[in-house]
Amino acid sequence: MILERPEVDRAAFAARTGWEITPEGACKADRCVPLPDAPVDGPIDARMLSDRLGMALVADEAHGLWALGPESGGRALLSAEMPDLELPDRHGRPFALRSLRGTRIVMVAWASW
Amino acid sequence: MWQELRSELRPQGVEVVTVALDTGGADAAGQFIDAAAPEHPSLIDAEHRLDELLGINNVPMGVWIDEAGILVRPPETAHPGKSVLREMMRGQKVPEDLPPYVLEMLAETAKIRVKPERYAEALRDWAAKGAESEYALSPEEVVERSRPRPPELSEAAAHFALGQHLHRIGEVDAARGHFRAAHRLDPDNWTYRRQAWSFENPLQGPSEHYDSDWLSDVKASGAENYYPLPDL
Repeated sequence: MILERPEVDRAAFAARTGWEITPEGACKADRCVPLPDAPVDGPIDARMLSDRLGMALVADEAHGLWALGPESGGRALLSAEMPDLELPDRHGRPFALRSLRGTRIVMVAWASW
Repeated sequence: MWQELRSELRPQGVEVVTVALDTGGADAAGQFIDAAAPEHPSLIDAEHRLDELLGINNVPMGVWIDEAGILVRPPETAHPGKSVLREMMRGQKVPEDLPPYVLEMLAETAKIRVKPERYAEALRDWAAKGAESEYALSPEEVVERSRPRPPELSEAAAHFALGQHLHRIGEVDAARGHFRAAHRLDPDNWTYRRQAWSFENPLQGPSEHYDSDWLSDVKASGAENYYPLPDL
């Protein structure tokens, strides 16, 4: 997740990583990690999320950018629940995977390279 | 390639969704989607979000998702009953005047071990039996089979994200530094390497910017190990 300052917008963080910031802390699937120093609202310090969730925070000072990696310390999947995912088609029209709920899906990653 | 199998599985309640992992977005992947003219959702993931969300580290890899949105198979090598590379090479006489690098690439590609029919058989079984299929795994097993993610892989993902962002805004040399860091931190991630190499050379061949290339790495690790066979 690319950041222009070392802080994270709650909604953007949830949309990108699946981690919701709640009164209990940062929560994804059935796991909640307490964030005792988090403010009640507004942006969250990216360094705090990095420390608490094992998300690497890498700075590119020359370009004034930061990137927050995914949570670590376990497996790529925290649970078997498929994270919400919305991606565009080749015409830029967004498609939400959730719209296929009720149907079984085989989702396959490929690439032009 | 997936359209044919999709036509067979869709009446049984299984939809195919293909996702192109391409930093170049529709400019890179669009022509292939147009040529395939799929009836199923065919999406573009220009930020490689699937790498981060699911632990995908090469293509093609697939996951199975049930009616309730629960993964019943984690990322694994996924072929629609055929191997794209094999189909492209089938019956084609290789011109002898191709550059040596290309000839060697083709020779290594021919050694890559795939069992595409086996994956399609499993998929057909799931389409027919649903949750009763022996190939539908428990949530615990799905998690257990997903890729381990130690801290260095999170750091690799952050560098790769910076590399993609900088490449996209034209800071190509700065991007390369982050791509190199991602490659060093997550050496088993073909997605990171192949995407970055492809910016320098469409064949992912040697360039002055990276200390390796597709052919060298495939030979070093053994072409037979390039695609881990799905544990079916």
